[in-house]
Amino acid sequence: MIPAPFDYVRADSYDAAAAALGEHGDEAKLLAGGQSLLPLMKLRLATPAVVVDVSRARDLAYVRDDGGVLAIGALTRHCDVARSADVTAHAPLLAHAAGSVGDPQVRHRGTVGGSVAHADPSADIPTALLALGASYVVRGPGGTREVSAADFSTGFLETVLAPDELLVEIRVPSARGEAWGYEKFTRRAIDWATVAVAVQKRGGETSVALANMGSTVLRAAATEAALASGAGAADAAAHADEGTEPAADVTASAEFRRHLARVLTKRALVAAGR
Amino acid sequence: MSILGTRVMRVEDPKFLTTGGVYVDDLRDPRLDGAGHVTYVRSVMAHARVTVDGSAAAALDGVLAVVTRADLADLAPPPVPLGFIPPALGRPWLADGVVRYVGEPIAAIVTESRYAGEDVAELVSVDYEPLTAVVDPRVSATDETLLFPDHGSNTALAFEAGSLDGLFDGCDVVVTQQITNQRVAPVPLEVRGTACVWEGDGDDARLTLWASTQSPHGARDQIATALSLDPDRVHFIAPDVGGGFGAKFGVSVEDLLLAVLSRRLGRPMRWTETRTENMLGMGHGRAQLQTVTIGGSRDGRITAYSLDVLQDSGAYPHFGAVLPFMTQLMATGTYDIERIAVRTKSVVTNTAPVVAYRGAGRPEATAAIERAVDMFAAEIGLDPVEVRRRNLFAKEAFPLTTQVGAAYDSGDYAGALDKVVAAAKYDELRAEQQRRRDSGDTKLLGIGVSSYVEITAGPEAGTEFARINVKPDGSVVVYTGTSPHGQGHATSFAMLAADELGVPIERITVVHGDTDLVARGGGTGGSRSLQLGGAAVHQGALETVDRARELAGDLFEAAAGDVVLDKARGGFHVAGSPDDVRGWAEVAASADAEHGLIVDTDFTAQGATFPFGAHVAVVEVDAETGKVTLLSMTTVDDAGPVINPVVVEGQRHGGIAQGVAQALFEEVRYDEDGNPQSTNLADYAFPSAAELPDFTLVDMATPSPLNPLGVKGIGEAGTIGATPAVQNAVVDAVAHLGVRHVEMPTTAERVWRAIQDAREGAK
Repeated sequence: MIPAPFDYVRADSYDAAAAALGEHGDEAKLLAGGQSLLPLMKLRLATPAVVVDVSRARDLAYVRDDGGVLAIGALTRHCDVARSADVTAHAPLLAHAAGSVGDPQVRHRGTVGGSVAHADPSADIPTALLALGASYVVRGPGGTREVSAADFSTGFLETVLAPDELLVEIRVPSARGEAWGYEKFTRRAIDWATVAVAVQKRGGETSVALANMGSTVLRAAATEAALASGAGAADAAAHADEGTEPAADVTASAEFRRHLARVLTKRALVAAGR
Repeated sequence: MSILGTRVMRVEDPKFLTTGGVYVDDLRDPRLDGAGHVTYVRSVMAHARVTVDGSAAAALDGVLAVVTRADLADLAPPPVPLGFIPPALGRPWLADGVVRYVGEPIAAIVTESRYAGEDVAELVSVDYEPLTAVVDPRVSATDETLLFPDHGSNTALAFEAGSLDGLFDGCDVVVTQQITNQRVAPVPLEVRGTACVWEGDGDDARLTLWASTQSPHGARDQIATALSLDPDRVHFIAPDVGGGFGAKFGVSVEDLLLAVLSRRLGRPMRWTETRTENMLGMGHGRAQLQTVTIGGSRDGRITAYSLDVLQDSGAYPHFGAVLPFMTQLMATGTYDIERIAVRTKSVVTNTAPVVAYRGAGRPEATAAIERAVDMFAAEIGLDPVEVRRRNLFAKEAFPLTTQVGAAYDSGDYAGALDKVVAAAKYDELRAEQQRRRDSGDTKLLGIGVSSYVEITAGPEAGTEFARINVKPDGSVVVYTGTSPHGQGHATSFAMLAADELGVPIERITVVHGDTDLVARGGGTGGSRSLQLGGAAVHQGALETVDRARELAGDLFEAAAGDVVLDKARGGFHVAGSPDDVRGWAEVAASADAEHGLIVDTDFTAQGATFPFGAHVAVVEVDAETGKVTLLSMTTVDDAGPVINPVVVEGQRHGGIAQGVAQALFEEVRYDEDGNPQSTNLADYAFPSAAELPDFTLVDMATPSPLNPLGVKGIGEAGTIGATPAVQNAVVDAVAHLGVRHVEMPTTAERVWRAIQDAREGAK
């Protein structure tokens, strides 16, 4: 419960963080809210040589209405996303998901960018953002690039981020007035999702994203296809676990996760008016 | 008017809620300056031969010592925790060539800084040569792989009562079921911690040791025995203790070793475990595999019951190995059953030792018979409340001795059941349940009932010490041999003294937990404190008043028999002359101008007491996911007259919450190789307030004839009544689908599978 020795660098702006990453490369790990990294370090499952603390880089903490696109700084805390008037107006699914992360202490420390970059497949924020069709602005020495939420995570706790790149902004196309649904199954209120399902309608289309049904957050492709061809909620939801490979752990078996994905998808679709 | 029974707010709480308690890790005693910090290297395998090489670690800067079993070869092994545990099953100071559970200490590292300890621990080289891990107690019982070859068997202890011959002859209906009373973790908020220092030289050397324990005097004697010291050479202090739940009764080998290391290195020592270490090594509770068989007539009369218990003791038998004795003693519960037989066996496995945990053997007995009664009721198609009413011991039958030899002091089991059923509006709940079932609602309602009786301050009649010291300024210090760690004795015991002395509780201080300040004591556990320690304070206060009347008689030049205490005025006068009052200060000073009046007393009870009650749990089960939500708990917990309702309600709330936790959430799991799967509070589903409803507590107070206060213990009642009520409610919610039993914890997946299996079975 005591981390292995590490060096600590405080970076109070994007530029300072970029400089630190440039110097230490893959020896370094970024510390934002610390709600995922610090427990891993205390258990010595993560042993970075250098911790670059960006939690005071307030130039990366904001929510802006960017003309039909919601721009959210990576270091914006969950609690600020949950109660932001802009997020509530343009992406109520995200506001709801941010309000259901962990417990109040976690929501007041943890950041949405940290959650996305940590790429835990059971996390609320990347699941909601996947259903919302968000994209992630990544900046590094080679310039700035925008990666779609669908392409961002490449495996369990793995992403397309290079060691010297930072996730700086989350961009969410406005879904003002559109129906949505979010169903999260947990043993206890504070737990990560055993399974969660985010549904976002947009125009005539419905996106369905699944948490903890594989090594990354996933789209329920077969359900989305069934909906596109006119299936009702119950029929479409019966396909929710198709193509997924959920894990078995102390919380649930893979079989039960598949069952939950189907039940929760149906409920989320019904909540979204399907 | 007496202060007893009134809602006095706990005097200890402002400190705990503001600046916080002073726990072992918070101690800033100057004698601990320069202390070495101890870190234990723990086994990562469940069963293996080990060879240890600490030389690389020992050579590092800041490392004071790396100690293994070989360095302690001159020490006899620490004594077994309980006298009747076979010595061949005792544990070594540090792993002696073989490790027997994941988390077993292999080496002790002493470093200048706390932070370096875990880094150095990683550098200790341990070679493991794996042995077959015995995780399942049923496998252990076959003795195919012996954990302790010298013992010749994996069985540590066995108990039995009653005859199996013709037990179920003549029964119309016989129902049997295997039940797992799963292993759970005590999870005190404060983990284990110890600090110690030796002062003086040679035979004059004296150890002062602080540890997070429930029983300072017992722990002092444990240390003295282990180190072959006179108990006077050990000063044991339990500072504020952040919960124990039975698991901190006595001290563990990690605590004992600190005294050894401190002596050898000539330095004070400190140790505070991590949460993971606590989950691995403090010990777990429950861990019984049970088979219940219940028989009776179709009209609901239960005539025969058998309980078979296979107790998983873990690697080194501790209290857990003995718990089946308590399970056996309480096997018949609140029911007057003609024939009963119990067979128990405690076996060792390659898992953490099983220790006492809130209820310690009695919740297991209640869980078994309460599931059995529900299954019997389901089998004959009678309401479970009605079946209970037809079989409870009658109020008129007390005192009574049960078929398994428990001497129940007092009780009104039907009264408790009637009260709780009325308070919960049981009939309305049944109607609502039927309405939901008829309408095809996927949110099913389940109603669970339990009737329970338990034993506190037993099994033998207990004794406890108290000292009352009235100071020359009229204030009072009460010394008790109990050792509260959340129970509120500073408040309750002050109330008891105030009530007899006529001194306001603001002028009464309660001292505990220090073996130099308190002559002797049994600590706090087994719900013993009020009925023994409280009764001792009460007795001591009465004796103090008698002594003070003699002293006042001398002051008045009157006979002691003519002196009366006016409690309202806090002073003495001669009967008939109320104007000349001599206050407590003057009277106490007349005994000794410096120390005042001191009275020591020991109270011995006439026997153990048997609190009882009944619980009704209401759950909602999501028929699609299997998820259980607890909607309400209504409980009657009768522990006799209540000294302070605030304290008793707190004990009931905490107990009920822990009982619910076992039924719905908690389980310590090992994989088949003995690797623990629940070593932190993310994996171990320890509930919070968010998972619990408000509890409805119904009052009932049936006095015990066995102590002058008429009180029984309340500390464990909640865990005993709540667990089976909740489990019964979960089964009840899905019973109409054909489900007969769901194992604990009744997780969503278990409930979902039970529904699936019942549907499959019905096809």
